Amino acid sequence: MKQAELIPHLFRTEYRKLVSVLCKLFGIEYIEIAEDIVSDTFLLASELWGLKGLPENPTAWLYVVAKNKTKDYLKRNSLFAQTISKEIKCNAPTSEELEIDLSSKNINDSQLAMIFVVCHPFIPAEAQIGLALNLLCGFGVDEIAHAFLTNKNVIYKRLQRAKEKLRTEKIKIEQPTLAEIDDRLSTVLMVLYLLFNEGYYSSNQDITLRKDICMEAMRLTHLLIENEQTNKPFVNALFSLMCFQSSRFDARRNQNGETILYQDQDTDLWNQELIAKGEYFLDQASQGDKLSKYHLEAGIAYWHTTKADTKEKWENILQLYNQLLLIEYSPIAALNRTYALAKANGKKEAIMEAEKIELTDNHLYHSLLGELYTDVDNSKAILHLQKAWALAKSMADKMLISNKILECRQKLNC
Amino acid sequence: MKDFLLVYRTDYNTIPKGASPEQMQASAKRWMDWIGGIAAQNKLTDRGNRLVPSGKVVKADNVIADGPYTEIKECIVGYSIVKAATIEEASELSKGCPILAAGGNVEVREINAFIQ
Repeated sequence: MKQAELIPHLFRTEYRKLVSVLCKLFGIEYIEIAEDIVSDTFLLASELWGLKGLPENPTAWLYVVAKNKTKDYLKRNSLFAQTISKEIKCNAPTSEELEIDLSSKNINDSQLAMIFVVCHPFIPAEAQIGLALNLLCGFGVDEIAHAFLTNKNVIYKRLQRAKEKLRTEKIKIEQPTLAEIDDRLSTVLMVLYLLFNEGYYSSNQDITLRKDICMEAMRLTHLLIENEQTNKPFVNALFSLMCFQSSRFDARRNQNGETILYQDQDTDLWNQELIAKGEYFLDQASQGDKLSKYHLEAGIAYWHTTKADTKEKWENILQLYNQLLLIEYSPIAALNRTYALAKANGKKEAIMEAEKIELTDNHLYHSLLGELYTDVDNSKAILHLQKAWALAKSMADKMLISNKILECRQKLNC
Repeated sequence: MKDFLLVYRTDYNTIPKGASPEQMQASAKRWMDWIGGIAAQNKLTDRGNRLVPSGKVVKADNVIADGPYTEIKECIVGYSIVKAATIEEASELSKGCPILAAGGNVEVREINAFIQ
């Protein structure tokens, strides 16, 4: 890897590790000091490596420098040294003796502890995703703003408020207890699920960034699987879902960055390795007797990895959507269920059901009705597609809908 | 939105005995497709449960009888709770319930909840 690529790469992989370890060492009140020390370390790296060339082991170099910077900081700020967490005070009477544990075990433990901090119920959901990207994934304010398609100030303020909340609530960074794991693991999964979806479904055109977000969500979910206490069936189910979804990442866009719908995708571009991984983790998830929404969604995603339209496939997808809706209603699940109903039971029944749903201000609802009425009543199909076009927000969506309208018009004229 | 209890009733004697696995699966699909359709409208409060046929009826004189089907022809076979604005809307939701095709009926009752 070239030096120009190496620093951003190391920043992405090492920044969050160092921040987690230092945060855990200092306590949440000093989150910014930890961030400053790590940022300084990277700043020094980019200056020195440019002048002197790369060190033999860049990661080890970063760890040594971060350790030294921490010790220096503690020396210079004796007041801070006296007030930080008891652990340091007990274990290291003077800062010279302070041991900063950067073993892979402690890095993993610290990151796991940080996941539970970020997903604390005190933090609003919207801020949790931003905070996760910032503290757990090493994304800067610029990147997060770019991902959310909003300006830097909004994100900066949101992160500051969330960090302030962590401080005022005195949330401890520590290995979560078994009770806390039970209590908070579902919130943690929800945040990771939303984080993944942010990357997977966002209308942002920056594919690399979106892929990075998905990869990060997967990495964090895998971290939960690696830890015995958090390796629960529904965690495996979520990871399986992420594998199946991301297997289609490269098939979803053409060279111009335009969306390619599922039925038009080139299956050669589906990542078989990720599909196999998804199957493995779905199998792992099937232990235990609880059926979570992640199990059902992973099941649906599993059936989508076979492209051919078979009766069996759509019948299974329909039943999984039925069960999913019984656990938790969402407009998107209601619409997808109706699509599956058309495939399994025929368009006539699906149209009747779709007319009852009445999600009339949702462009996807009208797109669905447009799809269902195609070849049944093409002028009705066009009416719905026109409504969908007017309601759709992104250019990519509008373009897909226009193409459908054209197809329906041609059918009418034949 | 108010909650309504849907009570499914049918004559147990009309339920075909010894259904094949295929028939049972087809029946399960009809129920899931119907209840899934209500859930897709965001109008399902509780999918409810089925009831096993055998039961007891306890009477005032401490007599416990097998029941309830010895005395009344139609028995409750299950229930669900749906959300609707009016009883008319709740009744409308009940159309298409698989119990109807099997010769049974759906009783729709508004739930008069206790004030907490």
